[in-house]
Amino acid sequence: MKPFQYLRPTGVDAAVRDLTAQPDAAKFIAGGTNLIDLMKEHVEQPTTLVDINRLPLATVEELEDGGLRLGALVTNADTAYHPLVEQRYPLLSKAILAGASAQLRNMATNGGNLFQRTRCYYFYDTSMPCNKRHSGPSQGPAGCGALHGYNRIHAILGTESADGNVHCIATHPSDMCVALAALEAVVRVSGPQGERTIPIADFHRLPGDTPQHDNTLRPGELVTAIDLPANGFSHYNSYLKLRDRASYAFALVSVAAALELERSDASGDQISAARLAMGGVAHKPWRKTEAEALLVGQRPTPDVFGRAADALLDGAQGYGHNTFKIELAKRAIVRALSQAAKLEPTE
Amino acid sequence: MHNQVIGKPISRVDGRAKVTGKAKYAAEFTAPDLLHGVVVSSTITKGRITHIDTGDALALDGVVKVFTHQNRPKLAWFDMSYKDLDAPPGSPFRPLHNDRIKYNGQPVALVVAETFEQARYAASLVKIEYAQEPHETDLQHHLDTARKPASGLASLLKPPPPKARGNFDKAFTEAPVQLSTGYVHGFEHHNPMELFSSTVVYGKDGKLTIYDKTQGAPNSQFYVSQVFNIPFRDVRVVSPYVGGGFGSGLRPQYQLFLAVMAARELKQSVRVSLTRQQMFTFGHRPATVQHIDLGAQPDGTLDALRHAATAETSRFEDYIEVVVNWSGALYKAPNAQFDYNVVPLDQYTPLDMRAPGGVTGMSAIECAMDELSYKLGMDPLELRLKNYTEEDPNEKRPFSSKQLRACYQQAAERFGWTKRSPEPRSMREGHTLIGWGMATGVWDANQLPARAEAVLTVNGKLRVSSATADIGTGTYTIMTQIAADTLGLPLEDVLFRLGDTDMPLAPFQGGSLTAGTVGSAVKIVCEDLGKELLKLARKMPNSPFAKAKFDDVFFVEKQMRLKADPSVRIDLQTLVDQNGGRAIRTTATSMTNSLKQGKYTRYAHSAVFVEVQVDEDLGTVKVTRAVTAVAAGRILNPKTARSQIIGGMVWGISKALEEETVMDHRYGRFMNHNLAEYHVPVCADIHELDVLFVEEHDDVVNPLGVKGVGEIGIVGMPAAIANAIFHATGKRVHELPITLDKLM
Ligand SMILES: Cc1cc2nc3c(=O)[nH]c(=O)nc-3n(C[C@H](O)[C@H](O)[C@H](O)COP(=O)(O)OP(=O)(O)OC[C@H]3O[C@@H](n4cnc5c(N)ncnc54)[C@H](O)[C@@H]3O)c2cc1C
Ligand code: SF4
Repeated sequence: MKPFQYLRPTGVDAAVRDLTAQPDAAKFIAGGTNLIDLMKEHVEQPTTLVDINRLPLATVEELEDGGLRLGALVTNADTAYHPLVEQRYPLLSKAILAGASAQLRNMATNGGNLFQRTRCYYFYDTSMPCNKRHSGPSQGPAGCGALHGYNRIHAILGTESADGNVHCIATHPSDMCVALAALEAVVRVSGPQGERTIPIADFHRLPGDTPQHDNTLRPGELVTAIDLPANGFSHYNSYLKLRDRASYAFALVSVAAALELERSDASGDQISAARLAMGGVAHKPWRKTEAEALLVGQRPTPDVFGRAADALLDGAQGYGHNTFKIELAKRAIVRALSQAAKLEPTE
Repeated sequence: MHNQVIGKPISRVDGRAKVTGKAKYAAEFTAPDLLHGVVVSSTITKGRITHIDTGDALALDGVVKVFTHQNRPKLAWFDMSYKDLDAPPGSPFRPLHNDRIKYNGQPVALVVAETFEQARYAASLVKIEYAQEPHETDLQHHLDTARKPASGLASLLKPPPPKARGNFDKAFTEAPVQLSTGYVHGFEHHNPMELFSSTVVYGKDGKLTIYDKTQGAPNSQFYVSQVFNIPFRDVRVVSPYVGGGFGSGLRPQYQLFLAVMAARELKQSVRVSLTRQQMFTFGHRPATVQHIDLGAQPDGTLDALRHAATAETSRFEDYIEVVVNWSGALYKAPNAQFDYNVVPLDQYTPLDMRAPGGVTGMSAIECAMDELSYKLGMDPLELRLKNYTEEDPNEKRPFSSKQLRACYQQAAERFGWTKRSPEPRSMREGHTLIGWGMATGVWDANQLPARAEAVLTVNGKLRVSSATADIGTGTYTIMTQIAADTLGLPLEDVLFRLGDTDMPLAPFQGGSLTAGTVGSAVKIVCEDLGKELLKLARKMPNSPFAKAKFDDVFFVEKQMRLKADPSVRIDLQTLVDQNGGRAIRTTATSMTNSLKQGKYTRYAHSAVFVEVQVDEDLGTVKVTRAVTAVAAGRILNPKTARSQIIGGMVWGISKALEEETVMDHRYGRFMNHNLAEYHVPVCADIHELDVLFVEEHDDVVNPLGVKGVGEIGIVGMPAAIANAIFHATGKRVHELPITLDKLM
């Protein structure tokens, strides 16, 4: 890999300053589980690494409004096994534990997880064309290798840019972020202009004609924490991940489903609130409130779930190897909602 | 021989060294002033290099040299010199030979620097321009160019397809029940955990000591000696531990060539290690397309069988494997026809990978038999038994031993096969469809000549050595057991060593032949040592052994004893003293008894029964239970043998459900070339695996009666899984791996 300078600030402001000093050439490093791989492949070539592991961002705190604040440097493992997360946000626990391997989760941080880059094969191979990686000749040729290539793991939703062209069909590979989307988490950042918060739905973006950008963070900004709202849908939820082996593989399709059920009359329950997000299908966790609205006020039945699935998947498009995902996603949504409603067992 | 330890589940004698990190692998050896080489790989598939710019790379601190085809030293001229001992017919690939690109990922430069990090960064700065030419890499699109492979020495261990028998066309047309089917398998790469590496230590006088990752140190020595024109005595290859091979180490890989070239040019020690991505840039299990036609009577009797396979190979060598022969040997079918062809494409030559050809061909025939069983409305096991043969119909000769029937019976019983409901989709729990399937496995039991040396040291300890390899199979352990029992010593008094060309010559480790081959040499050399000991005993004054012949004595508890009167005994230590306190040394060669062996077909067999659970909606498959019964002659060590079979079964799950290297044929490049995207099973994929060894006596295969268990474990597994999936779902998938999209 390219030689780099290594800094180890101890405060948030210092870290932001270190990064802002060289906005194009410096990168934060947390667990390193994604960044170091990408540096070895020359996909990322930072000349300065700002190690943030000494920043005081490794705590989980209860918030006054009943929510929970997850520090950016808390590891994925510590988050998933944290008693308050297990109790109040089991959906998040399940999603994190469905990802990567125990070893990786011990290193990976909550902040880093938000930023993990796509697993598109072409993105990872600098000899292959890729619009997302392309920012100059040293980053390999432009174009999208996957579009007419091997795109088994690629996106089926939100791929078209405003001009009707498709520039990138990569997916965001995170499991954790799918649960965060369903839970309506809020990302807290600190930057040269101070602090701000970004709702998770606005944090990641669709590729449009600038697939180089995965998210809406501004140069120099650092994620300090992720806030979870009070409602964790802890009674009725399911994270269903479908993949090519039982563990240690990225999702082909994943579903975070969360419901609130109310006993409406003697004959059964009615859905009073619903959240539904998908992973493995788009450049960001895929959620549509219209789909959730179709569930509210209904009885939890496969038909109702199917209608919500159709709404969430509206406009889905396959590119060859990944076309199966459209049908798979629909079935996965129905299954996950059935599991959340406890109509089906979870594994 | 008194069997004290043979047949016992002895733990690996090298286990402790391996788990404590004491066992050293090729890239862990070092030397003063060691230089590090990193390989630059081509990014195109076919064409010419038009320009190489090494300026930026050379300008970096610590970079010593960049080797390319333009500045490489003059080397051997003839193709012959580049043929290693496992080279198939053709003209072997020569690294940095000229400006031609023959396949994607071909090594095009070696950057040598003082540190690995410098070399790695510099390698990324070497700029190469190419003139591309159109390439062909897709087997399925070029089946029309299939042709017979060239035959060469390789066909000694890999016989061509059997001759046709009877009249297939007529019998097939007239058969009341007919089945025509086909199966497609993709590329697979061996991917042992240990990356290919060579550490070449440059001696003062230019002699080389090479720590190489190889399944046969003598093969690497031979190759280096030929290519670089160095006498054998000046090239020592050492390879005490191998972090997995699976066949990938049967041929020297290009890092060996590059490291030796650099060390000789720079007159300094050099190490070259490949990256995981580069592990996808040489031999692989070839993609294949197979067709099978079966014609049967309503009672299941096979009248007609045709098995045809087409496999890819490179443009420069005709790799062959035995794919179609197994069907003909397993089933009587009086009218049969076999065909095997290759399609040369712009990629590297395939290479033997665990049960090469066997798992490919058996997957197809055993799925076809399963298809036929449903057509006939017959139990799949019944159909196998109906067509069971006690004689090899290909060669019209008996088997040296064949306990396959017992395998079927014992495995079926353990599995509970009789409780199977025959209809597909008839067993379910909620969304989960349950399926039971079975298949047969067959693999060679070959023996080659080998040499070994035995030394009884001044302390009465036994040291045995042979230049074979242990790629994780347990060779160290079973050779120690054989030596210990032959001379009646406890295990801790025996040290077996391997993987060094200074040791007596042995073939590479592959084809499940090491146990029988090297085991026989170890047995014979220890017996020869025993004969020397007897000579010494006879020479002693008033020796009670004076008239004894070798057959009259036996060895136990560090002693030699008379069979007729075991109270007549002498300590081995006393015999060493009798030798003037000097160590006693013998060397021996085990020869194969070709005359006797040639009269028989020598195979190991297995029967596999599998249960799967398939999610009806989501297509996910879980192999919940598998039973394999193996008949492989004598089992020297049930613990290491079981590990081998289990490893094979896990790989069978991999091949059936997960594993494939996917190429983007527009670029001729493998896309999932890392272990995150090249899927093999993880622990969560593995459930109950059960192994039974069926008793089998065989005095033909080799003096030990062992058949080897390295490959038989994988052979039947993929078909059994595919058949169980059909039973569960009613869906027959003709293309491996069976991923969830194919079952939705
Ligand atoms: C083989 C493998 C399998 C995997 N499987 C899965 C899976 O199945 N599901 C899944 O969800 N994930 C999976 N992962 C990904 C894993 O979850 C991520 O690599 C991990 O979450 C990244 O966290 P990190 O702390 O190591 O990030 P790093 O590698 O340290 O950083 C990643 C990026 O985030 C930036 N960054 C880090 N922290 C901050 C911050 N606080 N503010 C701003 N920027 C920051 C860095 O600059 C860098 O660009 C897998 C990874 C591997 C290697
Ligand atoms: S899908 Fe996106 S990441 Fe993949 S090759 Fe196309 S542009 Fe690059």
